[in-house]
Amino acid sequence: MNLDSSIVYLSLLIFLPAVSAVAIALFAPKDSDDPVKQATLAVTVVTFLLSVGMLLGWPGIEFSAGEAAMQHLCSVEWIPSFNIHYLLGIDGISMPLVVLTTFITMLAMGASWNIQKHVKAYCVLFLLLETGMIGVFLALDFFLFYVLWEVMLLPMYFLIGVWGGPRREYAAIKFFLYTLFGSVLMLVALLILYFSSDVRALDAKTLANVGIADDRVEAITSADTPQHTFNILALQQLGQTTEQFKGDLAGKTYEWWAFVLLFIGFIIKVPSVPLHTWLPDAHVEAPTPISMILAGILLKMGGYGIIRICYPICPEAGYDLAFVVCTLGVVSMVYGAFAALAQTDFKRLVAYSSVSHMGYVVLGFGVWSTLNVDYWKLGMNGAMYQMIAHGISSAGMFFMVGVLYDRVHHRDLNQFGGVFSRMPVYSGLAVGIFFAGLGLPGLCGFIGEFFVVLSAWNYSMVLAIISAAVVILTAAYILWTLQRVYLGASYNGPHEEALTPITSREFRIAAPLLALAVFFGVYPRAILDYMEPSVSRTADDLAPLAASFGIDGASPTEKVADMPRGDRKLAISNTPSPALRP
Amino acid sequence: MQSIVDHLVSDTIATSLPLYAPELWLCATIVVLLLAKLIRGLDRVDPAFIALVGSLIALSTTAPASGFASLSELQPAELFTGMLVYDGVTIFLRMVLLLFVVLLIVLTKLTRLADPVDGQDFYVLVLGATLGMCIMASANHLMTVFLGVEMASVPSYVLVGMIRNRRAAGEAALKYAVFGAGASGVMLYGISLIAGLLGTAHLPTIGLELARLDLPGLMTASEQLGVLTALVLAGLMISVGLAFKLSAVPFHFWCPDAFEGGTAEVAGFLSVASKAAALALLIRVTMAVCSPVGEAAIDRVALVDQTVVVAVDSSAQPAQTVESRSPLSPVRTYVAMLIGIAAAATCTFGNLAAFGQTNIKRLLAYSTIAHAGYMMMPVAALAGLTGSDPMDASQAVASVLIYLAIYLFMNLAAFAIVAFLGSAMGSDNIDDYGGLIKSAPAIAVSLVIVLASLVGIPPLAGFLGKFAAFAVLAKAGTPLTLTLLLIAGVNTVLSLVYYWRVAKIVCLRPEPTTRGPLTLGVWPAAYTTLVTAPLVLILLFPAGLTNLAEAAAAGLLP
Repeated sequence: MNLDSSIVYLSLLIFLPAVSAVAIALFAPKDSDDPVKQATLAVTVVTFLLSVGMLLGWPGIEFSAGEAAMQHLCSVEWIPSFNIHYLLGIDGISMPLVVLTTFITMLAMGASWNIQKHVKAYCVLFLLLETGMIGVFLALDFFLFYVLWEVMLLPMYFLIGVWGGPRREYAAIKFFLYTLFGSVLMLVALLILYFSSDVRALDAKTLANVGIADDRVEAITSADTPQHTFNILALQQLGQTTEQFKGDLAGKTYEWWAFVLLFIGFIIKVPSVPLHTWLPDAHVEAPTPISMILAGILLKMGGYGIIRICYPICPEAGYDLAFVVCTLGVVSMVYGAFAALAQTDFKRLVAYSSVSHMGYVVLGFGVWSTLNVDYWKLGMNGAMYQMIAHGISSAGMFFMVGVLYDRVHHRDLNQFGGVFSRMPVYSGLAVGIFFAGLGLPGLCGFIGEFFVVLSAWNYSMVLAIISAAVVILTAAYILWTLQRVYLGASYNGPHEEALTPITSREFRIAAPLLALAVFFGVYPRAILDYMEPSVSRTADDLAPLAASFGIDGASPTEKVADMPRGDRKLAISNTPSPALRP
Repeated sequence: MQSIVDHLVSDTIATSLPLYAPELWLCATIVVLLLAKLIRGLDRVDPAFIALVGSLIALSTTAPASGFASLSELQPAELFTGMLVYDGVTIFLRMVLLLFVVLLIVLTKLTRLADPVDGQDFYVLVLGATLGMCIMASANHLMTVFLGVEMASVPSYVLVGMIRNRRAAGEAALKYAVFGAGASGVMLYGISLIAGLLGTAHLPTIGLELARLDLPGLMTASEQLGVLTALVLAGLMISVGLAFKLSAVPFHFWCPDAFEGGTAEVAGFLSVASKAAALALLIRVTMAVCSPVGEAAIDRVALVDQTVVVAVDSSAQPAQTVESRSPLSPVRTYVAMLIGIAAAATCTFGNLAAFGQTNIKRLLAYSTIAHAGYMMMPVAALAGLTGSDPMDASQAVASVLIYLAIYLFMNLAAFAIVAFLGSAMGSDNIDDYGGLIKSAPAIAVSLVIVLASLVGIPPLAGFLGKFAAFAVLAKAGTPLTLTLLLIAGVNTVLSLVYYWRVAKIVCLRPEPTTRGPLTLGVWPAAYTTLVTAPLVLILLFPAGLTNLAEAAAAGLLP
């Protein structure tokens, strides 16, 4: 086992939790709840250290900051009949998400100390879940990505279904059904892309860059039948430089269908209105640590899929549908915020705030206008930043709700009040974290939202104004919540005596979250230095393509006539600045 | 005359019998089992042991003489003057069937289904049906098609009714038998129509004769409408027989009753082995009418030419086969539509009907029906692909083989669990499975894995089967296959609801108070783990299975 080898290190990062889970399942004796919890926590800590270790180049491979390209590409043949490889790699887009995953998982395991029921099974499922989550961010083979994406389903179902609240069975199966539906659509898109791809169109240098082994390169270039691929990087190149996905299928291109299918699959996870309805149920019924993981990590996978797969592989469709994407994002923001305002259940409120906040992510990815690539870059970076920031603040918010729920066993917002005087430290931390969620300047939530709204202004003023106005709604529901829960003269709910100060275990979970929220709020470069080159490169690669879409000798006005109405106004406003077109 | 007889004898002894070894071993085992009661000393031997040894020997003789490495280069050979064909698919299917039988015999030993006294009858019937299924899998002539179907069906009727003094079993067996007899009758009528119209019942020759008919010309000229109608009818009638064996809609009615009435072990046998053989037969018939093999591909056709009435009259024009591609396009469209529509209906109906079931065996019966639908879809694609791309067509066959191999473990594990639980608590009601995760954790975890695999959730093996089948549909890319792909996708989501209801009851519900304490030994758990383990491992190391299936399918096409 040589940790300097990329494949060993990345595989260890992915599969250490799964292997530990199997070991725990097989060897842990009965009635050893505490040792099992400690072992699980130790595994999550080691996994976290492994992921952070990459930033420092210790103990194995090093992730170099400021580099846009994919690093540590490594591949092993897996299913030769379908050209499926075990292909891993990491870049500025996945690296922060991997660290976020291991970090939140570690804290969530710490938050699992109250779990008393079937501890061993809980820990096993928890670790399997972690393997799936890390794997999704590192997999660069579409098939592998799909498999790991699905690996999370079963553990998540049981984690909600067994350890959840009163309506857990309903919530768990709803989550399962929605996600499976999205996955099936993704599978269809994956097959469409696979069978229309032919890597022979790429030159040998590109093939080497996308992680295809040298001996395979020769076989590919000399082959006389189409060489299909699941390699996400190769598919990106094919989507951007060739016409392979432009075949006609029921009046639209393959690319268009693939984009729509993938996008639906991903926004179920994000989730975006109107496919968000699983989220409030799942988040509310799940136990606290699982809510943290759901909001902190699982939602980010949808966003990751959009930036890694949807746009780079299907750029033309992405460009054509940009307005739909942006509108969905804005509708989610507004809907989520209003829905949050109407809640009386504390956890449900936080859940809807997730819908609202993830709307920024969708909007940020969608603001692709030909006017100026810098704005799109800004939007994309903002969206990515928002994912990390929301990962921290929403996990924190769910944890804070969980702390209260553990004590008083209810979540009715109208039956709180005066918590500040009884649990001062906890309330201080909670207010900080909720402010981070609100997007207060100086805290992590601000940066991403600000970038996104700024870029949206250039895309569509209407959308930008609406999305900026959502900040007011956000402030309204968060401040109102803080007022109802923490402020006020006295607590007016049941179990008043249980409102004891925060324990040191809880403090050790909440404090790092708040610290990071502050740190990322004042020093965003801590993330951007790693992330920005890769994100910007994605935008730089895609933006010039927009000029070629659908023009084919037609005049710009003719092209405008073919566009959806939303884009039309935009395109017209763009035409006076031809100098910016490459 | 003498030379023909000599030829026949030498062909039978030199070529056919060695390649027919697994079936011969099955026959020998059956004879030993039947005689065992009569011979002193042998009657003390457990019949399960005899059956196990016999089927293990048969399994070991399924390996091709030249080894698995060269399986893809194996030339198809006709056995017994063209009655059967020996090729990669035959080898693969025999392995699947015999492996299943071996595992099934172990299972029946563990569940004590067949006691030493009437064990002979049971194992003779099982092995006899397996023999019929092997014939189905290698059939190359409409006579052997019919023979195989009957040989597989008749023992199955008896197996379903084996439990004495149980009304449900008798009723199920009777229903199954009446249904089966009707279906075979219709099928036989279809066979006679084909044989009468085309003057042959030899499957590859049927394709060539169809090609010679110049169907597109007849259709455009509106000539000989009677012949066309009769051909369409014959196709429909033969497909009735096949649909009965596949339990495809609308000939599936026997399936839930037979499964519920019979024992879980027998239901597993019907669900896996019978289905595997029927699918192989469907592939054979589809290939025969859609992609007739030229004389070069099968070296023994010349011999057939001399000795049997059935003749391939292609000696004059070798170019015939090349030209024959387009004359068959109406046949391909017809077959693809027929199978495609049946597959879509079967899959959807099976899944929808499973929703309301309260008995686990009935639920699994409908699940079996749905899976038959999934597995028929690539065959529909195959019918279309034979005309355009032989490589893709062999992929389609390979995908069915992969699906079948995985399906074996999924359903065997499912029915084994049902059998163990059924004998331990005397109930097949899904509600009685509550709290199994506490009382029988190993079996409950296995059951959840099996159910997830049946849905097709990665990383479990069921996903690989579905993926292979879906890939073929996407690859074919015709409106029909893309519609099928969509239907299959929607069905996958639908199926989650009812499979997961079982998983939910097993894991999330408390133990029902009506159920007594559940005591299961070590062996049931060990057996369940053994047959469930492949579902977890296959996707980690899939190359062995996919390569084998592809090699097996490679020789099927020119």
